[in-house]
Amino acid sequence: MAAFLDRSRSIAGPGFSRWLVPPAALCIHLCIGQAYAFSVFNKPLAQLLCAAQHACPPAAAKVISTTPGDWTIANLGWIFSLAIVFLGLSAAVFGRWVESAGPRAAMFASASLFCGGLIVASFGVNLHMLPLVFLGYGVIGGCGLGIGYISPVSTLIKWFPDRPGLATGTAIMGFGGGALIGAPLAVALMKYYSSPTSNGVAATMLTMGLIYFVFMMVGVLLVRVPAPGWKPAGYVAPVTSAHMITTRNVTATEAIKTPQFWLLWGVLFLNVTAGIGILGQASLMVQDMFAVTAVAAAGFVGLLSLFNMGGRIFWASMSDFMGRKKTYMIFFGLGAVLYFLIPWTKNIGSLGLFVLICCIILTMYGGGFATIPAYLRDMFGTVEVGAIHGRLLTAWSCAGVAGPVLVNYIRQYQIAHGVAKADAYSVTMIICAGLLVVGFICNYLVKPVGEGHYVADLAAGAKAAT
Amino acid sequence: MAIETKDPSLTVKLLLAWAWVGIPLAWGVWVTLNNALKLFQAPAP
Repeated sequence: MAAFLDRSRSIAGPGFSRWLVPPAALCIHLCIGQAYAFSVFNKPLAQLLCAAQHACPPAAAKVISTTPGDWTIANLGWIFSLAIVFLGLSAAVFGRWVESAGPRAAMFASASLFCGGLIVASFGVNLHMLPLVFLGYGVIGGCGLGIGYISPVSTLIKWFPDRPGLATGTAIMGFGGGALIGAPLAVALMKYYSSPTSNGVAATMLTMGLIYFVFMMVGVLLVRVPAPGWKPAGYVAPVTSAHMITTRNVTATEAIKTPQFWLLWGVLFLNVTAGIGILGQASLMVQDMFAVTAVAAAGFVGLLSLFNMGGRIFWASMSDFMGRKKTYMIFFGLGAVLYFLIPWTKNIGSLGLFVLICCIILTMYGGGFATIPAYLRDMFGTVEVGAIHGRLLTAWSCAGVAGPVLVNYIRQYQIAHGVAKADAYSVTMIICAGLLVVGFICNYLVKPVGEGHYVADLAAGAKAAT
Repeated sequence: MAIETKDPSLTVKLLLAWAWVGIPLAWGVWVTLNNALKLFQAPAP
């Protein structure tokens, strides 16, 4: 098994098609993207005891459970937050290992951790031990998320030197698409396993862990790394660096000493934090601003997920033609204007315009995730791009904490001070627009990396990577 | 960008690999789109 996972065993032979690598990457990202749909478990998890005692309040009631000992939604929220924090931490810590061990071993580790985490969490649910759920899904599963997220990135960039944005965008689109599969799958399984004394969450998590493990193993079997010196037919590698695309390499250790890394960290952090400003309160916002039903609001959240996914492949592919810097200029420039316009859509009572604006914003939220690996490749070269990407993902972890705080506390503060619910979002939207203006400045300041940071040659860079 | 393959078995492998990821994704998109349509339907009286 260890030999099979070895990087040397996954070098592509003659006749291998590079178009097998994106589906391999999607096998991983479509599964770990389930994390975005974790909220589908929140209500059933908060009703484990009352369900067993047939004492749950009716669906229309404002209280989820009145049974002593049932978990609260606030406590359950930590499961997702922990998973995102450990996603960033594990990507940062294990980034260099992912580069040296190769995608096959990294994908296997991701599958074992993510699915193992789901199974541990299912035991935690079965025993009604919340710390075990935190450990399973949040810590162990979170590490699987981080390793899985970065595992195919540098491999795809090496297979598609001519279209790095398209290649990494395809994989990272899968992370967005994972929620579209994970949510209905979980709902269907909970329905199947529910009984008079259980809502079926534990069995659902266990089953999903097993299904996802099989699905991810197909990716492990499919993935290959290109042979040294391989190039796509007809592709001529540029000999000299273009203005914002280097042909040389910076190691991960050296990259974090550059202002470019921290500017791009800020770019990702601000784009994600502002995006959470919409995503984190989408359901409540559309209900409060336009008085739609909870079912319609759930449909709106689903629509946002679709545009989040579509934006990942669209913008990352476009960035191959427009350049990364210009692409982010659009995200931040257009995004800031659109955030300013959201309160106005309420004033004119246009639900359609509100939905359109939110959907465009969500394409740029997803696009920000999907375009950043190619941006890093342009700035720092290909040798340690996966490890550098891993370290940059700590920005996501920080935004995962800062975003909900920004959204929830500002809204609560305003409502507590007498602002009408429907108007409580205006300040949040204006702050989000302000964040994007700061992001615009960060992106504007990104310049090519200084001479002193590059490794002497590619061979040295490859040596430094191992 | 053409997919560079003349080997029939490789073509089958490519089709199977893309179907393996494409079918679940298409199902997820379909379910989500159906739910999203409820946003634009008039609420029940």
